[in-house]
Amino acid sequence: MHNIAAIHDESKAQYYWVWGALLILTGIEVVLAYEQFFTPVHMLEVLMVLSLVKAALIIAYFMHLKFEIPLMRFMLMAAIVACLCIMCIFFADAVRVVKLGLP
Amino acid sequence: MAEAAVHHDVAGVYEPSLFGTYSKKIGMWLFLASDSVTFGALLFAYSYGRISNPSWPTPFGKESIINATIMTACLLSSSLTMVLGVLAAHRGDMAKVRNWLLATMFFGAAFIVLHAIEWSKLIHEGMTPFTNPWAPSVPQFGGTFFTLTGMHMLHVTIGVIYLGVVALRKKFLPVLVVLWLIGWLATPANNVFHLGVHVLLIGAVVSAMVMFLKPKIYDSHDIEVAGLYWHFVDLVWMFIFPLVYLMSTRI
Repeated sequence: MHNIAAIHDESKAQYYWVWGALLILTGIEVVLAYEQFFTPVHMLEVLMVLSLVKAALIIAYFMHLKFEIPLMRFMLMAAIVACLCIMCIFFADAVRVVKLGLP
Repeated sequence: MAEAAVHHDVAGVYEPSLFGTYSKKIGMWLFLASDSVTFGALLFAYSYGRISNPSWPTPFGKESIINATIMTACLLSSSLTMVLGVLAAHRGDMAKVRNWLLATMFFGAAFIVLHAIEWSKLIHEGMTPFTNPWAPSVPQFGGTFFTLTGMHMLHVTIGVIYLGVVALRKKFLPVLVVLWLIGWLATPANNVFHLGVHVLLIGAVVSAMVMFLKPKIYDSHDIEVAGLYWHFVDLVWMFIFPLVYLMSTRI
């Protein structure tokens, strides 16, 4: 058993940096949506990448998973990998429906 | 034999945790892993419809997007105050912990109020779980939208109650009951929140059962586990905001 505070340097500054980065990424998402640079499919891809970056920051720093032992990290990543696999199947099929129509 | 079997106070009789941490935290992580799959299913249901349907409604104008952006900022700020609360708990400063938890609850409550305003606006425009005024040929828009955002709003509400119990313990119960009464009496009988506010009453009953059956002073581990739940709620919104709101903007 370990105490998070004992094994890594917890400083307030890093949390403020992460919070700032999350707000900036949110701002970029809103600007992209307003300017509508991309088609819906490409917009989805860009927004998903930005969301995954934000999720990684929250999980790593706010939820402290970065400081857990590797076995814990790998076990918890299984749920995220399952979600990503399902996403690849569903989103690819949704694009197929748009381009080819329903069977 | 029977006598030998009950002697468990021998050093080393229990194996160290496989995951190098305490069981409460592992339990919360496992719950969050299962909950992420639940939210994943709801998100995919909405997004599949959005992508595969060219006539999917785009009802979120400038006002809605500004509202949703403020909601996002509220949740991100609540995550910051929560992690600062966990940090204060690790340092043993329990007075600061309570203040940070109350700040987190404030941002969470602000999120719920803003979300309720957004819902009321959409319902006023004629949106229901089965119909919508913008694209009658896409009836699933209302169902997927309300299920996904309603499930998230429920999680935020439970999170605020959870933090209230950890921060204020039994003192939080009368607050919760008064909030339920105000919410119930202040909303018209045909309003969806007239029924939805009963979540607070259920929360008060469950919290009372937990606190009276197992009274305890919550330590830094409990604060950290509560923080995991709260950050997860924030994490889920990081996907709902772009997929639901930003993908359906009306510019």
